[in-house]
Amino acid sequence: MGRWMRWAGRALVYGALVAGSVVMLLPLAWMTSAAFKPLYEVMRIPPTWIPQEPTLENFRAVFAQFPFGRYFLNSLITATGITLSVVLTSAMAGYALAKFDFPGRNFLFLLILSSLMIPFQTRMIALYQVAISLRLQDTLLGVMFPWLVDAFGIFLMRQFMLTIPSDLIDAARIDGASEARIFWTIMLPLVRPALAALAIFTFLGAWEEFLWPLIITSSDASRTIPVGLQFFSEQYGTNIHWQMAGALIAALPMLAVFFLLQRQIIEGIALTGMKG
Amino acid sequence: MARWVVLPVQGVRGIRWSRRLRAWVWAYGFMAPALVLFGLIVLYPSLEAFRLSLYQWSVFAPKRFVGLANYQRMVHDPLFWTSLRVTLIWTVGVVPCVMVLGLATAIALNQPWLLGRGIFRTIYFVPVMTSIVASAFAWRWLFEPTFGVVNWMLRQLEVSDPPGWLASTTWALPALMIAGIWKQIGYAMVLFLAGLQTIPRELREAAEIDGAGPWQAFRHVTLPLLNPTVVFVAVILVINAFRVFSIPYVMTSGGFTYLTPGGPLNSTRVFVLHIYDLAWKQFDFGYGAANAMVLLLMVMTVTLIQLRILQRPFEY
Repeated sequence: MGRWMRWAGRALVYGALVAGSVVMLLPLAWMTSAAFKPLYEVMRIPPTWIPQEPTLENFRAVFAQFPFGRYFLNSLITATGITLSVVLTSAMAGYALAKFDFPGRNFLFLLILSSLMIPFQTRMIALYQVAISLRLQDTLLGVMFPWLVDAFGIFLMRQFMLTIPSDLIDAARIDGASEARIFWTIMLPLVRPALAALAIFTFLGAWEEFLWPLIITSSDASRTIPVGLQFFSEQYGTNIHWQMAGALIAALPMLAVFFLLQRQIIEGIALTGMKG
Repeated sequence: MARWVVLPVQGVRGIRWSRRLRAWVWAYGFMAPALVLFGLIVLYPSLEAFRLSLYQWSVFAPKRFVGLANYQRMVHDPLFWTSLRVTLIWTVGVVPCVMVLGLATAIALNQPWLLGRGIFRTIYFVPVMTSIVASAFAWRWLFEPTFGVVNWMLRQLEVSDPPGWLASTTWALPALMIAGIWKQIGYAMVLFLAGLQTIPRELREAAEIDGAGPWQAFRHVTLPLLNPTVVFVAVILVINAFRVFSIPYVMTSGGFTYLTPGGPLNSTRVFVLHIYDLAWKQFDFGYGAANAMVLLLMVMTVTLIQLRILQRPFEY
């Protein structure tokens, strides 16, 4: 009896997990399927999951009307720039806060920590004014601008560097190593896992950012993939088959990164709680 | 080398001071790039946002100081209350669903007898890693009233009059919330899994040997030990809910019917969309900044509550 109950329970758990998996994959599956169908088949009822008349025409149409290469390049440049800036500034500031005793340290740390409570959406109107006065509207630097420093990144690096024994640094100092050298050749390699997590999540966050590029970009010269895709859909609202092809192309790079770095990403979230 | 040559001459006190001064200079050197950017991107815009909220400033009128008039206007603005209500409905609907489903999935995946754990984890995490605009596109068409898959399934289940979803003022918000829940389950699951793995299996087993059923073991052993994770996930999800923008914006605009973002009839006007609309569609920057202060207040309240809860020692 007890054994039978246990097997029934397990079957139930498997059933629920499989049903959940279907829901989790439904949008992506539908997007993929529709991307290879002509419009009339996309609208067909009952829906066909395997395209009956498969076509690559949608992708041709998308590439003809949607400067995906440009958007991809813009996304790549801005996300890389943001990541480099955040990793470098966070590591440097985190190092100073963790391993130096200097006047104003606690004040600065508290200031940075409490700024975490201020959401970007509260600052965005003022940020827009700053960006306009720096003539950053519709430029790639403008797209990067609000994300070049990250208070959470500074906090994260400080926490990790606190766990590194100071003896290592003191020993290097006695050996005559310069502070810059200590930072670069001793400290950074020791916190590499935290640096990698910060870099991955900063890059993904920048790649996905939608609201700020929507505000600051106004031409294809600076549109990133998310806003480019939205712009494309506003222009071709009724062409679902093109939209799905565009959406699939736009979704692929991040999914590819996920399958390559799956372990680092999932462990990184557990480690830092980042990415919401 | 030269540094050590002068050592005997300087005297102990002098060395200590010069060394300390050097350290200060280096420390500020390391801080400098972050501090400059922090001032420009975080500190100044935060203060400026508050200052702006005290000004009337739109394209139709010159910038002038009006004190608290923007806040007074807000209290009498039905759109402010509408968007606040929409955001609260979103929060109350999405956060518990994501928590319960995320926790249930994590517990299922944490069972020692489960096969295919890695595959399930990957599948449940795919939505988190699917471009938010692309997935909003897909959901928009899944919820299409006539040709959409969701209503087709409902008709298969003998629902004679399935909802109009994005075309309906009643059903548009639930449709967006379903997409919002779908997007975040995997994230909550990963955090809960990490929390569950810190709980020693022996504790649960001991409880079960003492005669506790699985539910009792969960209720009295696992859940209390998981408490810090639960609070952390809840706070992150609530703050995400307060700041939600992309899914409502994309799913209610540029589609088949050319709806306006936040529509139909403002039934999906979440708070950030409200701020965006005020500032960049109506060019009412001062008033938009005042509304943004309410968002700050909401996020700060939740953060401070979290700090209070997590600092309190837990009783098991």
